[in-house]
Amino acid sequence: MTPKIFFIYFAISMTFMSVMVITRRNPVHSVLWMIGLFFHIAAVYLFLNAEFLAAVQIILYAGAIMVLFLFVIMMLNLKEEVVAPRFIGEWPIGVALGIAIITMIIYSVFTIQPGPVGEHTIEAIQKTTHAKAIGSLLYTKYIFPFEIASLVLLVAVVGAIVLAKKR
Amino acid sequence: MISYLTQICVIAMMFTYVTLFVNINQISIMEPITPGSYIPTEYLPALLLMAAAAAFASVSIFIGGIFRLRRPYREKLLPYESGNPVVGEPRDRFSVKFYITAMLFVVFDVEAVFLYPWALSFGKIGLYALVEMILFIIILAIGYIYAWRKEAFKWD
Repeated sequence: MTPKIFFIYFAISMTFMSVMVITRRNPVHSVLWMIGLFFHIAAVYLFLNAEFLAAVQIILYAGAIMVLFLFVIMMLNLKEEVVAPRFIGEWPIGVALGIAIITMIIYSVFTIQPGPVGEHTIEAIQKTTHAKAIGSLLYTKYIFPFEIASLVLLVAVVGAIVLAKKR
Repeated sequence: MISYLTQICVIAMMFTYVTLFVNINQISIMEPITPGSYIPTEYLPALLLMAAAAAFASVSIFIGGIFRLRRPYREKLLPYESGNPVVGEPRDRFSVKFYITAMLFVVFDVEAVFLYPWALSFGKIGLYALVEMILFIIILAIGYIYAWRKEAFKWD
């Protein structure tokens, strides 16, 4: 019962914050709600026994990505969000897309089957500690995605400089 | 017209994805674990600290709002009461230089996050881990040198 109380709190406040993010007229207020949302997502990661992911969620998303969001908003110079016809003109397809996504989510939630118990159970991970368990898998079995991540980061650096630097 | 087509394509792709996902999940039925059976009790103090901080901030502002006098005039409502006079609007267009700085910060922040589990599991993996991390850092150093050569660290 206790995990359910926590989960219900986090689920309700995450939904509330998400709605606040997309309904605020001032984009900076949206970003502030989003920071709260990211902290709550970190808490959900904790309930999934993913401590390292929760820490990364706070360090990277609530710390770094939000700074990026804020600077993009300041760069775009949005005074107040205008309800332009191009944002509300295509509402039928938006409603159709929303219903489709909700149907898919409900369908997949009701047909889901828990997978088999793997090698990395909660007890095993707590014995080796989280970051160590991730490290010993990421740098051996998943070395290729790890090296690709460095290339993606390189593209991000080069892209930002090419886009934003004059010379 | 084209945007409608792309949206329909997105819906079709999501349907395909979910049907595949559901099928994969139905195949693997062995000894299931019950979801939601894990509570991270060692993080309860962190939750309490956040709740206390939020409560302290909101309660003190609320109580202050009850007791304080309210006599607003123009100078008092300025953002910096005793500072420089306000010029222009607060939400002015910011320079794109801030964006480069933020982007570089994000990239090297991600690099630092990758270093942490690497350092912890280094004793277990050994030389192999050293070589791959050197490769990783060399690739990012190319980006660093590029940023340096393009004078992305200079403000003007």
